[in-house]
Amino acid sequence: MEKILEVKDLEVSFQTYGGSVKAVRGVSFDLHKGETLAIVGESGSGKSVTSQTIMKLIPMPPGQITGGKILFNGDDIVPKTDKEMEKIRGKEISMIFQDPMTSLNPTMKIGYQIMEGLIKHQNMSKQAAKQRAVELLSLVGIPMPEKRVNQYPHEFSGGMRQRAMIAIALAANPKLLIADEPTTALDVTIQAQILELMKDLQSKMDTSIIFITHDLGVVANVADRVAVMYAGQIVEMGTVDEIFYDPRHPYTWGLLASMPSVDNDDNQDLAAIPGTPPDLTNPPKGDAFAARNKYALAIDFEEEPPMYQISETHFAKTWLLHPDAPQVEPPDAVKKRIRQLSSTFKTPVLVKEDK
Amino acid sequence: MAKYIGKRLLYMILSLWLIVTATFFFMRIAPGNPFTSEKQLPPEIEANLNAHYGLDKPWYAQYGDYLLKVAKWDFGPSFKYKSQSVNDLINEGFPVSFILGLEAILIAVAFGLILGIIAALKHNRWQDYTAMIIAVAGISVPSFIMATFLQYFLAIKLGVFPVARFETFMHTVLPALALASTPMAFIARLTRSSMLEVMSNDYIKTAKAKGLSQGVITVKHAIRNALLPVVTYMGPLTAGILTGSFVIEKIFGIPGLGSHFVTSITNRDYTVIMGVTVFYSIILLASILLVDIAYGIIDPRIKLAGGKKGE
Repeated sequence: MEKILEVKDLEVSFQTYGGSVKAVRGVSFDLHKGETLAIVGESGSGKSVTSQTIMKLIPMPPGQITGGKILFNGDDIVPKTDKEMEKIRGKEISMIFQDPMTSLNPTMKIGYQIMEGLIKHQNMSKQAAKQRAVELLSLVGIPMPEKRVNQYPHEFSGGMRQRAMIAIALAANPKLLIADEPTTALDVTIQAQILELMKDLQSKMDTSIIFITHDLGVVANVADRVAVMYAGQIVEMGTVDEIFYDPRHPYTWGLLASMPSVDNDDNQDLAAIPGTPPDLTNPPKGDAFAARNKYALAIDFEEEPPMYQISETHFAKTWLLHPDAPQVEPPDAVKKRIRQLSSTFKTPVLVKEDK
Repeated sequence: MAKYIGKRLLYMILSLWLIVTATFFFMRIAPGNPFTSEKQLPPEIEANLNAHYGLDKPWYAQYGDYLLKVAKWDFGPSFKYKSQSVNDLINEGFPVSFILGLEAILIAVAFGLILGIIAALKHNRWQDYTAMIIAVAGISVPSFIMATFLQYFLAIKLGVFPVARFETFMHTVLPALALASTPMAFIARLTRSSMLEVMSNDYIKTAKAKGLSQGVITVKHAIRNALLPVVTYMGPLTAGILTGSFVIEKIFGIPGLGSHFVTSITNRDYTVIMGVTVFYSIILLASILLVDIAYGIIDPRIKLAGGKKGE
């Protein structure tokens, strides 16, 4: 399959008064055409920064890409200037933000907010753009689009605003859509509608999607592949089945164990991962998760674990996969789900760092 | 909209009545009368004068007469400037103050907005610091010192502009600049902070994610949203500047309305005090109304009560 995006060893840091915060520390992943990749992780794990860096939307300064490459259609966008990025933003790569209540300009008509991208990227006349805006609104399921184009955001409900945001993002038929927690601010029924809409539109338009979320339920629903981020690094990456049914990293175990399930019985407390993420001004030596990890080995505090490959598509960054590591049992909640997947290698393979 | 404006006009008349009443009685409570400042008058002559100006009647009769006359836009004769009515004073002084004020407002708004926007876009860079130094100077230097500086450098040293008087357009430049400096600085600071707040909003990021350039984002998305605090400040500012600044008019020898406002009080020139106060109030109330209407135009979320049908 055709690769649309390749991120290689991306490093992003922010200069603050307290020092330089290393928000993204060597992230690599790729994305195929028409595929949905979910990036999950808790707040501050660097998932939003990673995705905004792909569009170069992080404020620079204080933000800075300190290393790595972002190949979009084989073209590195890291050295591109703001002027060059304007031709990519909205046209090739679009973004949907978390809070539809604040992501639309309150003093501009919805229709015009959709038209802007069309006029800029497709050289449409105002009439043609307005016509297209009406079509887009009806495409994202907004009733009476002819009337709605002339309304302001405050006349839309939360779910409808997010639909309008999707219409804005898809206006110029982008090849890649980045959805930064698009359903977090919506209530559950609306969440389901928006997810259905995105899946539907993706199949129609063959767009690739990077879906950022901390909701594993949403991940299971939309994603083809999942990348789990912790402290600015991808700690485990694989297909949805691999992450949900054969997780290998203790952090992924923690996330899955802390997911409420209907089979949980009443007197059982919901599991939580103890502690807080490390301060990325001075990332800890060794494995960043070691301090919160009850499976941590002595070496986790000394040396950063390498990436191991468990199957063609499944990677995990933990010493537990080392041939000499002791056998550990994942938490019960995770053990219940584990299934033998046919694609798994006999033994994990160490991924060589190639430069 | 018409219903809303009608309602507001009714309230304006009510406020005006309150202002007239309060001014009328406060003025009478203040010791002295229009004729005390001159040498002791023989009682017969003072009685005659009082009778001439209707000051011998009981207070309620005077108050009633005055309300009737104000309703007919007649502020009566001035006590100090013989043979001149208050209407004459306003008709002569206001056009002068109006032209001067309008120039000052245009300067203040134009340069204030530009400085504020530049400062916000170049936040924490030299452009920002320069603009804010200008703004702090504008706020802290009183207008009469600014006026004297302008006169000394631009008029006396360089001879670009006339020093004083009010004849041609060139005569209006220096007083307008002096009058504009403080409000300009204020508007610059307001615009800067309001722009900074707006530029950090999510919808600016959305606009950027659409691929719009910084210029388009600023003009189409940011400025309109940043304008509300500035518009709020415009109401009282307009009224204050249009009716003239006593100090600036004195320094430049301009025959505007501002000087009447101040001198009439020391003169106990009852009718002038009343007339100028009522006139100032009308302009203030009118500019506040205009500001409220402008709100509704700038921000569609603000619906004028009784304007369109509710949602």
